[in-house]
Amino acid sequence: MTTTAEQANGWEPRIVAFFCNWCTYTAADLAGVSRLRHAPNARIIRVMCSGRLDPQFVLDAFARGADGVLVGGCHPGDCHYMEGNYKALRRVRLLERMLDGMGIHRDRFRLEWISASEGEKVKTTINDMVARVRALGPLALPAKFADWDREMDELEHAVAAQTEDVHA
Amino acid sequence: MPERNGHDAPRIGFYVCHCGHNIAGTVDVAAVAKFAATLPNVVVARDYKYMCSDPGQELITTDIREEKLNRIVVASCSPLLHEHTFRVATQKGGLNPFFFQMVNIRENVSWVNDDGKAATAKACDLVRAAVRRVAVHRALETKHVRIHPDVLIVGAGISGIHAALTLANAGKKVTLVEREPTIGGHMAMFDKTFPTLDCAACILTPKMSAVKNHPNITLWSYSEVTEVSGYVGNYTVKVKRKPRYVSEELCVGCMECIDACVYKEGKTPDEFNQGLSKRKPVYIPFPQATPQVVLIDPETCIEFKSGRCKKTCVEKCDRNAIDFKQKEEIREINVGAIILSTGFKTFDAKRIPYYGYGKFPNVYSSIEVERLVNASGPTSGELILRDGRRPKTVGIIHCVGSRDKNTNRWCSRTCCMYSLKLAHLLKEHSHAEVYNFYIDIRAAGKAYEEFYDKLLEENIHFIRGRVAEVTDWCARPEEKGKLIIRVEDTMIGVVRRVPVDMVVLAVGMEPNADAQDVRRMFNISCSTEGFFLERHPKLAPVDTFTDGIYIAGACQGPKDIPDSVAQAGAAAAQALSLIDAGEVELEPNTAYVVEEDCSGCKSCLAICPYSAISRDEAKQKAVINEALCKGCGTCVATCPSGAIRQNLFEDEQIFSEIRGLLEADEPILTGGEA
Repeated sequence: MTTTAEQANGWEPRIVAFFCNWCTYTAADLAGVSRLRHAPNARIIRVMCSGRLDPQFVLDAFARGADGVLVGGCHPGDCHYMEGNYKALRRVRLLERMLDGMGIHRDRFRLEWISASEGEKVKTTINDMVARVRALGPLALPAKFADWDREMDELEHAVAAQTEDVHA
Repeated sequence: MPERNGHDAPRIGFYVCHCGHNIAGTVDVAAVAKFAATLPNVVVARDYKYMCSDPGQELITTDIREEKLNRIVVASCSPLLHEHTFRVATQKGGLNPFFFQMVNIRENVSWVNDDGKAATAKACDLVRAAVRRVAVHRALETKHVRIHPDVLIVGAGISGIHAALTLANAGKKVTLVEREPTIGGHMAMFDKTFPTLDCAACILTPKMSAVKNHPNITLWSYSEVTEVSGYVGNYTVKVKRKPRYVSEELCVGCMECIDACVYKEGKTPDEFNQGLSKRKPVYIPFPQATPQVVLIDPETCIEFKSGRCKKTCVEKCDRNAIDFKQKEEIREINVGAIILSTGFKTFDAKRIPYYGYGKFPNVYSSIEVERLVNASGPTSGELILRDGRRPKTVGIIHCVGSRDKNTNRWCSRTCCMYSLKLAHLLKEHSHAEVYNFYIDIRAAGKAYEEFYDKLLEENIHFIRGRVAEVTDWCARPEEKGKLIIRVEDTMIGVVRRVPVDMVVLAVGMEPNADAQDVRRMFNISCSTEGFFLERHPKLAPVDTFTDGIYIAGACQGPKDIPDSVAQAGAAAAQALSLIDAGEVELEPNTAYVVEEDCSGCKSCLAICPYSAISRDEAKQKAVINEALCKGCGTCVATCPSGAIRQNLFEDEQIFSEIRGLLEADEPILTGGEA
């Protein structure tokens, strides 16, 4: 299922991670302080709360070339802002169905509850996510967009040419 | 020099920190600086050994002036550590401090990657994201809020007592809340303290009465915090005052009611004496309990159970202090700062069945022995075992529930020393032969090693080895009726059977059973093992991630009395420095409504956990009360028309960050898995 050509080209999964300031970002810091080595593929964006996660952030990340998106928040009941993580969960559930519809595999998008003390879980989550996304291969939406644009252009040209023929 | 608003074309200064070898050992910092110089709007790109040092910050301020910079990006450690430092440096240079963005390339990059190439590539991606982001930053005003000068302290063991007295002596009003009927905590149960062997009560009870009598301290014992709301400087706290069924104002602690109780003998295990004695339904935990007020246990009192008691206690009380109709009360207070000093619980030795606790009557936990050797304890300090015998040999097993993968991995820090102390006291009380079974003797502390030396001279036996089991199965006639401790003596490489009359289990320290509930209530975190998490393990040991909430004593991790007192003093000082500043700066990451975009759909109203959003019915628009908004941004993500925005976390800023992360021209350089 993996395109070996891409791996030969040195393709590496690119994961964008949205971590909440109070739990998961702190846990990522703890992973650092504890020197828990993990796959270098995740790039973290800090938000104050997982509730700040606008589904558009996820869609935009995929559209711009992310192969996976990871969201980290406090465990249920532990949110620094009481219930932002529940709001995030509601949105994530809807978003997952939308991503299904768009043909983006479930393994490319993940929500994890990681508390400030779970540096180890940051490591295992990132490693696991990278392994799954690696198995799926590149998503490469930007390239697909370019293809689709080209197809549309060609279609338009074809239609335009036909119309000209009719009028001729 | 007035702050420049920076709304002119971005001129970005970029700085990457070596952090000694911490970053530069893995990440090619020179390459990162070179890369940053190629990014749009970057005017200056430098690398420096320690950006957080004075000369490092000086670089930023000088460049802002000389190179006319209006945006700053620093790639170094976590923003949770030094974001404030660099914002201040940015401000010193004459810019609004929020024209700054930090890139975490230490905790998130160099410390979690071995592969330099992959780490450098990751750092470059993160730097590009920050450069994109900072270009769309806006100038923000820091909010200042006034600080309520009163302090709440939760837990009145030695830590809470010391913190309360420190603050009260500085003239601050303190409310001290204790769950138990008396203050004093674990220390009040101890007989002597190591290494000085001064009696715990003699040094603690004066402080307990000082708390009771201090005009600045309101002592609420037998009370629990039930609700906390608000934010730094302005917390509102609800405290449940449990009914004692005895008026605290009227009771003088004469204890005549206890003698008069229809129960001639106590029938309920005495909590304070660890169940080694019995108490009556009307009782006081111990003679020096503070406050000196008795209480009635409705679970065992006949009047509560049947309503048909002769109520001899009421007859005897000439102050009419007993009130069976007393109800639980909820009090509300406002405070500026909170200190949590909720302590610890001792490890339950039943969890290690092979040591026989709960099975063999003469196996004791160390906290029980503290009561047993205590002059005010159940046997008045006489060493009499549960079966009535006096021990001729005693074995003390160290590290019970500590340094053990099967129970708790941490060292409880106090057990070596208290075991030495108990060894001394047991020998003193009974002239028994005392054996210590230890893994290592950890006597790090002032005069601790000397105390250990003294014990060696007292002919206390030390056997190095983790005990395998305590059994009553005797292999030899002389073992009959004894408890046999089986252990490998690792000094001589021989498995030994040591017959003793009494076993003392040196149980470790654990987080309180409800530590997770407490931390949720106060909105702080716990570390992996469940103790409260400090803001920084070295530099902010009594602060938490929630401003205005401090921790002291064993609730933060196992600690002896000197360390607890030191931490309590530190927490009091932190609270003082907060309160005496009079006001505090708040992070300006609040949400705001762009009125012309708001459709008045009300989606945001229900989503805000702080009810900070209301609807202006005349205008049909949402309105955010900035004072109530805590800046989570949930409403921002909810608003279907994009009319709500969050300072510091604007959509545009996050989209710029995403774009920056992913716009690599060539495939990102990675050298395989870390």
